[in-house]
Amino acid sequence: MLTTVHHHQRVLLLHRSPHFILSPKPLHSFTPKCLFSSSIASKPLTQPPTTNLPTSQILSIHHSLLTRQLTAVEIAESYLTRLRIAEPKLRSFLHIADEESILRQAEEVDRKIERNEEVGLLGGVLVGVKDNICTSDMPSTAGSKILDGYRPPFDATAVKKVKELGGIIVGKTNLDEFGMGSTTEGSAFQVTANPWDESCVPGGSSGGSAAAVSARQCVVSLGSDTGGSVRQPASFCGVVGLKPTYGRVSRYGLVAYASSLDAIGCFGTSVADAGILLQAISGHDRFDSTSSMREVPEFISKFTASNILESRPLQGLRVGIIRETLEDGVDANVVSSICEAASHLEDLGCSVTEVSLPSFSLGLPAYYVLASSESSSNLSRYDGVRYGNQVTADELTNLYGESRARGFGPEVKRRILMGTYALSAGYYDAYYKRAQQVRTVVRKSFKAALDENDILISPAAPSAAYKIGEKKNDPLAMYAGDIMTVNVNLAGLPALVLPCGFSEAGPANLPVGLQMIGAAFDEEKLLRIGHVFEQTLKGHSFVPPIVPAGFGS
Amino acid sequence: MTSVLFRGLQIRPLCIYPFSLLTKKAGVLYCTSNNLHTQSVTTQDKPKSQSKVVARNHNKTLDKLLTDYEAIIGIETHVQLSTVTKAFCGCDYNYGSEPNTNICPVCMGLPGALPVLNSKVIECAVKLGLALNCKLSLNSKFDRKQYFYPDLPKGYQISQFDIPIATSGYIDLDLPLEYGGGHRKFGITRVHMEEDAGKLLHTDGGSHSQVDLNRAGVPLLEIVSEPDMRSGIEAAEYGAELQRLVRYLGVSNGNMQEGSLRCDVNISVRPRGQAEFGTKVEIKNLNSFSAISRAIDYEITRQVQLHNQGLGDQIVQETRLWEDGAQKTVTMRKKEGLADYRYFPEPDLPEVTLTKEYIEDIRGSLPEIPELKRRRYEQMGLSMQDVLFLANDVHVAEFFDATLSKGADMKLAANWIMGDVAAYMKNEKVSINEIKLTPDELAELIDSIKTGTISGKIGKEILFELIAKGGTVKGLIKEKNLVQITNPAEIEQMIDKVLSENPKQVEQYRGGKTKLQGFFAGQVMKESKGKANPGVLNKILLEKLNAKS
Repeated sequence: MLTTVHHHQRVLLLHRSPHFILSPKPLHSFTPKCLFSSSIASKPLTQPPTTNLPTSQILSIHHSLLTRQLTAVEIAESYLTRLRIAEPKLRSFLHIADEESILRQAEEVDRKIERNEEVGLLGGVLVGVKDNICTSDMPSTAGSKILDGYRPPFDATAVKKVKELGGIIVGKTNLDEFGMGSTTEGSAFQVTANPWDESCVPGGSSGGSAAAVSARQCVVSLGSDTGGSVRQPASFCGVVGLKPTYGRVSRYGLVAYASSLDAIGCFGTSVADAGILLQAISGHDRFDSTSSMREVPEFISKFTASNILESRPLQGLRVGIIRETLEDGVDANVVSSICEAASHLEDLGCSVTEVSLPSFSLGLPAYYVLASSESSSNLSRYDGVRYGNQVTADELTNLYGESRARGFGPEVKRRILMGTYALSAGYYDAYYKRAQQVRTVVRKSFKAALDENDILISPAAPSAAYKIGEKKNDPLAMYAGDIMTVNVNLAGLPALVLPCGFSEAGPANLPVGLQMIGAAFDEEKLLRIGHVFEQTLKGHSFVPPIVPAGFGS
Repeated sequence: MTSVLFRGLQIRPLCIYPFSLLTKKAGVLYCTSNNLHTQSVTTQDKPKSQSKVVARNHNKTLDKLLTDYEAIIGIETHVQLSTVTKAFCGCDYNYGSEPNTNICPVCMGLPGALPVLNSKVIECAVKLGLALNCKLSLNSKFDRKQYFYPDLPKGYQISQFDIPIATSGYIDLDLPLEYGGGHRKFGITRVHMEEDAGKLLHTDGGSHSQVDLNRAGVPLLEIVSEPDMRSGIEAAEYGAELQRLVRYLGVSNGNMQEGSLRCDVNISVRPRGQAEFGTKVEIKNLNSFSAISRAIDYEITRQVQLHNQGLGDQIVQETRLWEDGAQKTVTMRKKEGLADYRYFPEPDLPEVTLTKEYIEDIRGSLPEIPELKRRRYEQMGLSMQDVLFLANDVHVAEFFDATLSKGADMKLAANWIMGDVAAYMKNEKVSINEIKLTPDELAELIDSIKTGTISGKIGKEILFELIAKGGTVKGLIKEKNLVQITNPAEIEQMIDKVLSENPKQVEQYRGGKTKLQGFFAGQVMKESKGKANPGVLNKILLEKLNAKS
């Protein structure tokens, strides 16, 4: 089914591009001409004439800071300017950090550079954080009225690590309430628009984080992925989304939706940025006993140019394309984009074969049973007693009932009800237990497929972004959209979504994302393949029209 | 982090004790009700002997009732572990701390906080499991038990459901002699790990309640017995033996007043010979072992009388509260069918895996448990009375053992500890660890008496000095010049002096009033300042008194 067309000339063409060399080590020996074809901030430098390949904004910023080309304050101001201009149209943020505080943090980075002190790789990098990840200096509502105004007394471990590396938290991004949804329409506060087409959804639940990165309102952002909440919005917004292996990143401070499936993930405009952010937040955390003790490899070293210089840099890699993800119910445009991506991988030297995961379709119902069951339990703590909105009542039961009735939105209530039902005496075996059995089957079938292949590929979603309101009143249609991603959460595997093409179905071109699934704890391989794929993909620019000209990447 | 303020629950006074809501949480009930609290306070000072008498009178009626009926009793016990930190976070727990001073995001159940198991909890569970002769699960897990109550911050309790860490054990105990004595073996169904809940504090006005989460997340072991007990005394002794055991093991202070050890009793009666159990009633608010015993006796009487009146169907499955003031049980709530806790495996915690080596290490480090100690004492030849006394308190037993290890005579050591030492501890309300006497010195004292260096009487005087002020036996003997006089010549001299000073009494003695021997012995002893060896004294005295008759 896949045509193998070799486009050696493509690869050769790329050699003229000065900026596919992303991360020479050490960073200090970086030659400016490798990076500064892309402009940072409001002072556009010369644009490369022939290509729009994404570069690492993080490495660019780091380099321009160290070479004193730009100050952290200048960089912060330029992002804040864009953030302010785009925000009324997009509504990516539920809370934007105090501008003075952002600039103060940027000044601190500049002072460090002046004093020749070490600056972390995220120094001066503006990071958006999904609002279900706790931040001590900003509200953390998880998009829910029940946590309206709640300020946690601690930073999530991931946030703490970002700050330790000099990252500046620019604000809290919008999401479907508690992460339950695929469009941000489930947010209790606002609906975020897709930067490519403001009448479309950005995807969800991490829609705010995806839109903010896509529109260059911030450099990178943190999201969370329970059933595809990082990968599907990445696909809809044309950015890179990375869902790490379960346990790779501490969940401490992530407002729990479904504990056994939740993972904090990363958004960036390049594979390198997503990888660098993952590097920053990974590792064992003594506050999360499900976080892995495994060593975190050096992801950044994967973003070197050497392998891309070869004509077939991915020679010998086995790629399995999941047959069930290209069958009925998947948009033709999506299918063709993925097939093109597959042939591009073949061009790069991969052998692409079809694999079948017969359990694939079982994943969706199993996911909804398990996620709802866990959520019904995880959301019990929102009782109005200690924090969040409390409704004054005559009796305790009414206090609970009213606080929760008014605090939760309809989708959250639906899932609490489903989960409570699934865990009830007499139903547990038929639902929860059965779903766990399916989960084991799914995990085993992935394991088998990944024993035969280095990575598996599929679309990230059955369609490109759809209209706001289109599926809002059809929860089943909404759930069906998660078919591509939920199995990966059930199996706990890492997956990378990166833009690979466009859907030409509507009036506007909307990006389509390719999902690459790797073996547990093999983010390294995903990042390497993803980076080569991205740096050699010709003819597409994934900068949405909302981003002012002059800011390319 | 502890600065997060707790708002009061604004609920009307009528609803302060919403018992229907309490259905899910047994252990904290007695803490949540004001009137119960005051009642138990008013009766706290009742002398214990009195309650025993009551129990005995009661028992006569009871014995009669129990000729036709049999009571079936099982007990659920919650033991608070004395680990340095809580079960799933780094907070410490000190009973009686200011409300909400030992809390953190984890035990407050803040969004995003995750539990991390304190490995000491597993160690305690394995210790108790082994001491209760249980089968240990090499692979167990935690589950969530879900219910709503304001003292439960997460809306679920982390517990163990279908795979507890220990199952199928038993406990041995000896009933006190005043209740007829005898050895008992009661089955242990299971031991599992879980976390405690917080406490509700009710304001005087009753307009609202406040939540204290200091206790939330404190590790508990729940021990469920088989329905093997047949009387209040057996049940109370089961509780007392568990308390002894956890204290011996050092896993808990076992203090019932502080709620470190809490017992809930399940009881039913059935006509003798009937195979199936009667309707089960649960009793809560049992704050002492005597309350357990009396509550059960009351409940047996109540249930049997209903049977005898043909009103057996009025015994319904319900939870009753023991009211210490009124000495009776009252209905707290009737069961509305089985509560559905919607248990499922706790996804935030990895499974609990025990290796054989780990278990054997702990087995090897276990102290001698009360049952083994009692059997050993018994074999040594101590009477059951002495055995039960000495093995009752782990520190007393350790003191006794240490005294013996210094070579002291067993029977004498037992007598000293159970007599004067115990009396002192009782009067001064101190434990054996708080007195200044060391086992070394007690052994020395016993030896000094046995070898005749000092008299028993002097020994007693020294003992009180050693207990209160410390020091050594040798030092005190030397300091106070207390060495016993055994030299017959010296004693004879004193006897002569006494006889010559009391000619009238000598005459009376020789006239047949031989009881006066005691008088002379006393006078001589006084003359010697208590140091004369009584044997030598009496021998010479008799010779002298009888010589001239």
